[in-house]
Amino acid sequence: MSTALVPAWQSPAGGALIGAGAAVLVLSNGRTAGISGILDKLLHGTVGVQAWRLAFIAGLLLPAVIAGPTLAGVVSSPEVLAISGILVGYGSRVGGGCTSGHGICGVANLSPRSLAATATFLVFATLTVALRHALVSA
Amino acid sequence: MTALAALLAGLLFGTGLLLSGMTDPANVLGFLDFAGDWRPGLAWTMAGAIAVAGPAFAVVRHHGRSLRGLGLRTTDRLTIDRSLLLGSAVFGIGWGLSGICPGPAVILLANGVPGASIFAISLIVGIYAADSFAAGLPHDGDSVDDLDGPTDDSEQRAASCG
Repeated sequence: MSTALVPAWQSPAGGALIGAGAAVLVLSNGRTAGISGILDKLLHGTVGVQAWRLAFIAGLLLPAVIAGPTLAGVVSSPEVLAISGILVGYGSRVGGGCTSGHGICGVANLSPRSLAATATFLVFATLTVALRHALVSA
Repeated sequence: MTALAALLAGLLFGTGLLLSGMTDPANVLGFLDFAGDWRPGLAWTMAGAIAVAGPAFAVVRHHGRSLRGLGLRTTDRLTIDRSLLLGSAVFGIGWGLSGICPGPAVILLANGVPGASIFAISLIVGIYAADSFAAGLPHDGDSVDDLDGPTDDSEQRAASCG
């Protein structure tokens, strides 16, 4: 194992905050904090029913805006970023959710559908990482 | 109230993503590198998030509506079909290439991280591609976060409560 990029306590603490955000949204609004779905609906904007989605995204982005230019950067080439972005966007819509909607909310909701999705994307993501390493070291 | 709760939810969610290291692509790729230089931190992030959100979902699921009486918009918990598995596999490959998923993508973009705009534009292209291709495909099952579906009247009702 390698040196952690993130102090150990931050991983579960950050997770608890993510879970608290998902909890507030479902307890108050009966909504799932699925970010790919929220973005999809905003992109296909229907005026009048988007206020909560805009508010959620505003809240999501605010901490990063306040934090200033302190975030760790991307580690991929522009070509890889482009391909990756298309696959992530396409896959999340065809699969009906992403890390937040399926991986956090769906699993927390004990949804067999989301458990299957989460297991699938974790397997394919780890295979992708392993395959790239194998190709690089070959 | 609906928008205010969503703002608070977003603030918590966004702070959590930053704190946990989910917005650091190198950290995410390290988490996905089981066979190599594994960084297990994000497993604890997922566990922490599910531990906190789980009881909230249980309450709303059993109650059938939110604490403010709004209908629960997670309709389909059961359907496991080809598009779910195919889409999730494609998503996983994309996530494994860059270590970036949709939430962190918009956060990196807002923070002005170089390269984030390339990912974000491609993300939008991918979303539109899925929506145009999927229009010709049998769309079996509802999406966990595709919550509007054909019943937008109840969304109007929900929005008017806000």
